[in-house]
Amino acid sequence: MYQIAKNRLPELFAAIAGREDLFLPINKSGQANFGLWSEEAQVDLDTLKTVKSGKDCFFPQSETLYSCKKEEGKLSIDPARLTEEPFVVFGMRACDVQGLKVLDNVFLKDPVDSFYAARREHGTVVALACHEPEETCFCKVFGIDAANPGADVAAWMIGETLFWRPLTEKGEALTGMVKDLLSDGEDRAVEEEKAQIRAIIEKLPYSHLNLSRFQPENTMDLFDDPRWEEMYQPCLACGTCTFVCPTCQCYDIKDFNTGEGVQRYRCWDSCMYSDFTMMAHGNMRTSQMQRFRQRFMHKLVYYPANNEGMYSCVGCGRCVSKCPASLNIVKVIKKLGGEA
Amino acid sequence: MQERLIERAKELLAEGTVVRVLGWKRGDLGYDPEPAYFNSPEELEDFVYDGFCGANLSKYMIQAGKLEGNTLVFLKPCDTYSFNQLIKEHRVNREKTYIIGVGCKGTLDIDKVKSAGIKGIERVSCQGDVLKIQTIYGEKEFPFQEALLERCTVCKGKTHQIYDELIGAEEGEEAGPLGNRFEMVEKLEAMSPEERFAFWQKELSKCIRCNACRNVCPACSCLKCVFDSNQFDSAQKANADTFEEQMFHIIRAFHVAGRCTDCGECSRVCPQGIPLHLLNRKFIKDINEFYGEYQAGEDTESRAPLTNFTFEDVEPGIVSERGGRH
Repeated sequence: MYQIAKNRLPELFAAIAGREDLFLPINKSGQANFGLWSEEAQVDLDTLKTVKSGKDCFFPQSETLYSCKKEEGKLSIDPARLTEEPFVVFGMRACDVQGLKVLDNVFLKDPVDSFYAARREHGTVVALACHEPEETCFCKVFGIDAANPGADVAAWMIGETLFWRPLTEKGEALTGMVKDLLSDGEDRAVEEEKAQIRAIIEKLPYSHLNLSRFQPENTMDLFDDPRWEEMYQPCLACGTCTFVCPTCQCYDIKDFNTGEGVQRYRCWDSCMYSDFTMMAHGNMRTSQMQRFRQRFMHKLVYYPANNEGMYSCVGCGRCVSKCPASLNIVKVIKKLGGEA
Repeated sequence: MQERLIERAKELLAEGTVVRVLGWKRGDLGYDPEPAYFNSPEELEDFVYDGFCGANLSKYMIQAGKLEGNTLVFLKPCDTYSFNQLIKEHRVNREKTYIIGVGCKGTLDIDKVKSAGIKGIERVSCQGDVLKIQTIYGEKEFPFQEALLERCTVCKGKTHQIYDELIGAEEGEEAGPLGNRFEMVEKLEAMSPEERFAFWQKELSKCIRCNACRNVCPACSCLKCVFDSNQFDSAQKANADTFEEQMFHIIRAFHVAGRCTDCGECSRVCPQGIPLHLLNRKFIKDINEFYGEYQAGEDTESRAPLTNFTFEDVEPGIVSERGGRH
């Protein structure tokens, strides 16, 4: 266990950023999101949850896959470069880290997504424990421990001190890089903090949701439940829930006409959008009820059925606080799963 | 007032005036009611009306008008402007709508409460000028006025523009002194083009293209938006460059110009807190200056300044007269 005074964090960040790209929560016009560190950046470690989850650091909202150019009748194709340099993401939460594991099951299985795999290989994650979890949090329901985040380095901000514990080889390497700034830390403060966080989590209103009905054998019953017709009604069909979600992984591939060639890029897509399932033969989800149902069935039933029971919701609660119509996965779990 | 609304809704259902009620349903956390249909007196037990019922239900009436039978809808004063505008645009069915105009003391922004450090919120109740907030860390208080959504600090009035009956309309009359809604627009106008560009770039670069602003907007009622079409290059799920980031919002502001009632839903729902209403207010301010005071949604019949022509209309040369800057 190591520690560093909170007021020396700018030195720590500068030291890391001097060697590698460093992404961390930055406040821009009142909102915290993961961004590249710079001396001018307004680092924000007080906001519990960034608007977007930090998923961007590994799976950006938009990225070019390759570019084509036509010159003198010849076509040249220039594939986008894969990430080769190491980088650090500081300040993800336990839920966000679990979100990466959900993405790993999708992108690192055959066929491997080389863009994502390269970022996972070169990225080192420093995860922060949640000092004061909020009422929208329900990570406990998915077996996540916000008091003890499992990443390359686990960190705790306690009062004026940041505690730092490397957990993996990558974490050890990063620790070695900044060792001059760290001193030995006592475990005791961290253990007390953990106990305190867990006590808060016990009291949170959504910590004891009942997931028992969301099992593969109930797939058809859940799919055919008449209450979807009622639940989807206020849904505006915007993509807020999908874009702030740490586990939503769907993307679209499109071409951008540069005038002289084409840039083929991929960008996050949303199953809430009307053309999401548009194919040559037509669209098999033609109503918003179907789209709404798909999102929650995927998180709570289809994904776990294909991934040894791992849910693809991590209980971060971003959709709970951001949905313009105050719809969210908790309301769905309560309605279809029965009250806890 | 909530009880009076429920009681009246039950009566209207029972006597067959309406077959459904469009209102707000109680959430879990005291600040998260959702728009909902109620089809029976039993379902109305979950009906709620409080400061967190900010959602403007007018746009839902486009769909409700296509359902069988009449719908009772509860509209706050500023929501009625949107409903009127939708009538003018032939998007809602007045005959199938029974409107109860509800009084409004102003609607609240839970993020303002949270950013004051109040966490773990379980319940919120309003007692006079104070919000009593039950949290897992104990009971907290927060001044009602300071929790108001920006739009409510510059409220356009407590008068309902359209209704079949009013309930509790007297309750909102005690609203405090109101601010000037064009104050921030004036500040932006006074900036140099470079400063103004920097302001908007910083704000709009936060946009995640979720389309919440568009989908909630009562003036955005196209069946299919040009930005959703996969037939054109206009389909935008990603920004090709920093210009495109701004283009979507600027084009949308142009499209709703003269029709936007300044209901403020766009800014209320933006997950990134972008003050989108400022783009719309700039248009409203210009329309007021060029064509005389105009409030979209005040009536259902008149021709709006931008869809009308008179010889007194301002000439395009106004742009250069103003220095070509605004």
